[in-house]
Amino acid sequence: MKEEFNIISNLIEENTRVLDVGCGNGDLMKFLQENKTKDIRGLEISKEKVQNCLSKGLTVIEGNAESDLKQFPKSSFDYVILSQTLQAFLNPELVINELLKVGKKVIVTIPNFGYWRVRLQLLFKGTMPVTENLPHEWYNTPNLHMCTIKDFYNFCSSKNIKIFKSIALKKSRISEINKSNLNYKNLDSHLGIFLIES
Amino acid sequence: MNKNIDTKKIIISDPLKLDCGKEINNFPIAYETYGELNSEKSNAILVFHALTGDQYVSGKNPITNKDGWWSYVVGENKPIDTNKFFVICANVIGGCMGSYGPSTINESTGKQIGTDFPIITINDMVNAQYELIKYLEIEKLFAVVGGSMGGMQVLQFVANFPDKAKLAIPIACTSSHSAQNIAFNELGRQAIMADSKWENGFYSNYKLNPDKGLAVARMAAHITYLSEKGLQEKFGRKLQDRDSLRYGFEADFQIESYLRYQGSVFVDRFDANSYLYITRAMDYFDLSKQYKGNLSDAFKETKTKFFVISFTSDWLYPTSENREIVIALNSIGADVGFVEIESDKGHDSFLLDVPSFLKTLGDYINSTYKVINERRI
Repeated sequence: MKEEFNIISNLIEENTRVLDVGCGNGDLMKFLQENKTKDIRGLEISKEKVQNCLSKGLTVIEGNAESDLKQFPKSSFDYVILSQTLQAFLNPELVINELLKVGKKVIVTIPNFGYWRVRLQLLFKGTMPVTENLPHEWYNTPNLHMCTIKDFYNFCSSKNIKIFKSIALKKSRISEINKSNLNYKNLDSHLGIFLIES
Repeated sequence: MNKNIDTKKIIISDPLKLDCGKEINNFPIAYETYGELNSEKSNAILVFHALTGDQYVSGKNPITNKDGWWSYVVGENKPIDTNKFFVICANVIGGCMGSYGPSTINESTGKQIGTDFPIITINDMVNAQYELIKYLEIEKLFAVVGGSMGGMQVLQFVANFPDKAKLAIPIACTSSHSAQNIAFNELGRQAIMADSKWENGFYSNYKLNPDKGLAVARMAAHITYLSEKGLQEKFGRKLQDRDSLRYGFEADFQIESYLRYQGSVFVDRFDANSYLYITRAMDYFDLSKQYKGNLSDAFKETKTKFFVISFTSDWLYPTSENREIVIALNSIGADVGFVEIESDKGHDSFLLDVPSFLKTLGDYINSTYKVINERRI
């Protein structure tokens, strides 16, 4: 978690306007507030988590990214962050499009379904993968649209979304993803972090 | 009512131009304060009361001898902690707790003003209370807070005085009174005016009081403050002090007895004409219309931080209407937080012991106070 926060924080310039979509209990917001910028908002669907954020004095709105991002004006944030939430939406493509409208730049992190540990579980155990990063069973997972680093990479190229930076994370090891190492990073990383722009 | 109460009061000598076109001056504003104003004057919170509220937010209300109307929220070690904050609350103009209203005595006639009182609006109420803030020499409030009609005043206050509050918390309210809201208010007004003792609003001249009408108004309104689930769980079809139905029109059911009681205690503390005037002010409230149909324009001058709160079971000022305020603020990039609190206590939730509401509100106010003070905005 800490590594992911550090990477995201390093992608953000100081004193910019940031929106964290699916901000959960506000841990990332708090981290960025202390390290990067005071001007940060959150959007979260769970009442309980919204209340936790507000209790910490964080500016958070209870709402659903799929329907409530529309109310923000175009390019009203320098960065919009979607941390490990994309796979939980009914329509991830629509959400990405909304994010790209609201933010000048968008940071998306995805738990990588192409990670070898995940692949091995399905291959050898023949069951849906349960890992540290994907702790749910098939019958209670909130994750509707799992994807791999490669899937997201290809999605961006097919939709003409510019990738400014793509970073792979394995445990605490950080490396850059590029076209030539894509297959390897897709196998060897548990998390992908993308800085994109429409 | 306001006849023999020793309330804190100031007289506003400057003329105040009302929305109806009339001008008032030398009029009283009754208020109460709790806690101490710090030396930087940075800890003041102005609380706005709702339709039947008054300046007695906390502690004992000297008129009713009951707890102040927002005792769950305001007081020592409460969410708005009076050990820390200086809390101000004024009776709205049109009210009957010492501020200028229809039961104020006209000194030239020695009689109550009655329905010669001018029609007032939420805007007028807020402008009058701003005079109190000037009198208290508070340059900038830390926060303006209120629920229901109090929330409408919060919105109007920030629109009128965009740099006078750092934080605004409108709770369970709307930016524009809906047809349903107006309908219920009209029902209440008609009940009062149908009472033969109303005498076109000059009942005090005849030593009369339209108690029956006012009680019916209160009973009808009270239902709108609750939720169907809340009513069913609390009362169901339970009978009042009897084992079987009496086949008559007495209060057989507990809910009937409860409403009759609510009506009867209300007439002891509230003036019927004030009820007419204040409900009218609420009905006339349409903030977006004041800004040519664009609610966002009401807030485009302000840097005030907003926190909007609604309740799941509030059907009088439902979440959708509170969300419209959030949307208007978001669309101009204002600083706004929002949560809908889970509660089956209906619109009244903001006045009651709803732990997640009290905790979220208190924590938010306290951590925001800390952040704002650290940043020295």
